[in-house]
Amino acid sequence: MADEVILLDFWPSPFGVRARIALREKGIEFEYREENLRDKSPLLLEMNPVHKKIPVLIHNGKPVCESMNVVQYIDEVWSDKNPILLPSDPYQRAHARFLVDFIDTKLYEPADKIWQTKGEVQETAKKEYIEALKFLESELGDKPYFGGDNFGFVDIAITGYYIWFEASEKLGNFSIEPECLTLMASAKRCLQRESVVKSLPDPEKIVEFAFKIRKIYCV
Amino acid sequence: MAQNDQNETVKLIGTWSSPFALRARVALHLKSVKYEYLDEPDVLNAKSELLIKSNPIHKKVPVLIHGDVSICESLNIVQYVDEAWPSVPSILPSHPYDRANARFWAQYVDDKVFASLDAVGGAKDDEGRMAAAGKLMECLATLEEAFQKSSKGLGFFGGENLGFLDIACGTILGPVSVIEAFSGVKFLRQETTPGLIQWAEKFKAHEAVKPYMPTAEEFLAFAKKKFGVE
Repeated sequence: MADEVILLDFWPSPFGVRARIALREKGIEFEYREENLRDKSPLLLEMNPVHKKIPVLIHNGKPVCESMNVVQYIDEVWSDKNPILLPSDPYQRAHARFLVDFIDTKLYEPADKIWQTKGEVQETAKKEYIEALKFLESELGDKPYFGGDNFGFVDIAITGYYIWFEASEKLGNFSIEPECLTLMASAKRCLQRESVVKSLPDPEKIVEFAFKIRKIYCV
Repeated sequence: MAQNDQNETVKLIGTWSSPFALRARVALHLKSVKYEYLDEPDVLNAKSELLIKSNPIHKKVPVLIHGDVSICESLNIVQYVDEAWPSVPSILPSHPYDRANARFWAQYVDDKVFASLDAVGGAKDDEGRMAAAGKLMECLATLEEAFQKSSKGLGFFGGENLGFLDIACGTILGPVSVIEAFSGVKFLRQETTPGLIQWAEKFKAHEAVKPYMPTAEEFLAFAKKKFGVE
């Protein structure tokens, strides 16, 4: 039986893009379905009743939710397809999970504040964001990717944020590159990968979207 | 970094009252790993140098030190233990879909259930407490549904055997018993969470859990001291 793979997603989402990239890295055919988050489809509500969020991967009718959970699932189901996204060594795997958790907490929380606040709250958020990026840069060291020579699990996680760098800079009125040159070099490498290019929305559209959202949510 | 030999020394930094440290202890017991347990007697106010050195980002327990590497975050430690000591029993399921499901619900426990527990404990007034209690009830009802689907009538989230999701969820039992004692309200009830009630007893009695899990009385005494309550 041929696999049926559907991805419920939202085009500017830094989390949805992770699932798209993983599927394309593995060369998996999938049906992309755009969700209107202000009018969620019955399918989304049925497949992710707990969180009602995208991305949701529906593989032969069964849902997998939470972006990095989806990426790991993709890696395990299609373990016969290169590239392998997670390392095989237990410590390297634990370290990859630790970095992803760091990205989704210590990078996510200030990023969210940069996108939705102003004044002193936003200033503090910018400092925390840069600090978090600097820590990640120290973890990267002189490797081309977090995965070493190969683009992997942690790279996919952080690429979601890379695609929002321009929007973050414009919303926060600051520049990221001078603060972490080595990380930016790795980011550029990631953003040039075919799977990423195919999955990426137009950065200008993300900036436009970011400003629109800010008008709605910025207090 | 080279693969760590199973024969390298293993240390676990924890504290007896921590639900998260409990997860690590259960996993290590299941795999029959010999380790040195290092207790942090006052982890909130006076962290040891070793803890700060081995978990500089979060400075929290538990931390597993295996040879010359350290692993933090309790669920991460449990997965590491499963992978570094791949002998039976397996802690995580083998099928990718079941693994994704287990990871999803474990994350739910950490993101939503513990947050609701904290909200009940930290509520400033009755109205706040009622709202927080309502949310906790909802979370436990959702977990009950997850339990029914996952256990398939076999007793544990992992089916016949205690597994990853049991370890993740089991650690809410201490904090829930404290909230129940303080509030006089039962959050785990026969009418709403019959599966979880039975499962809780099995979990607490399991040979990999019993030696390390404080009793409800011990938890309560600890919480009373911590929050300065009589």
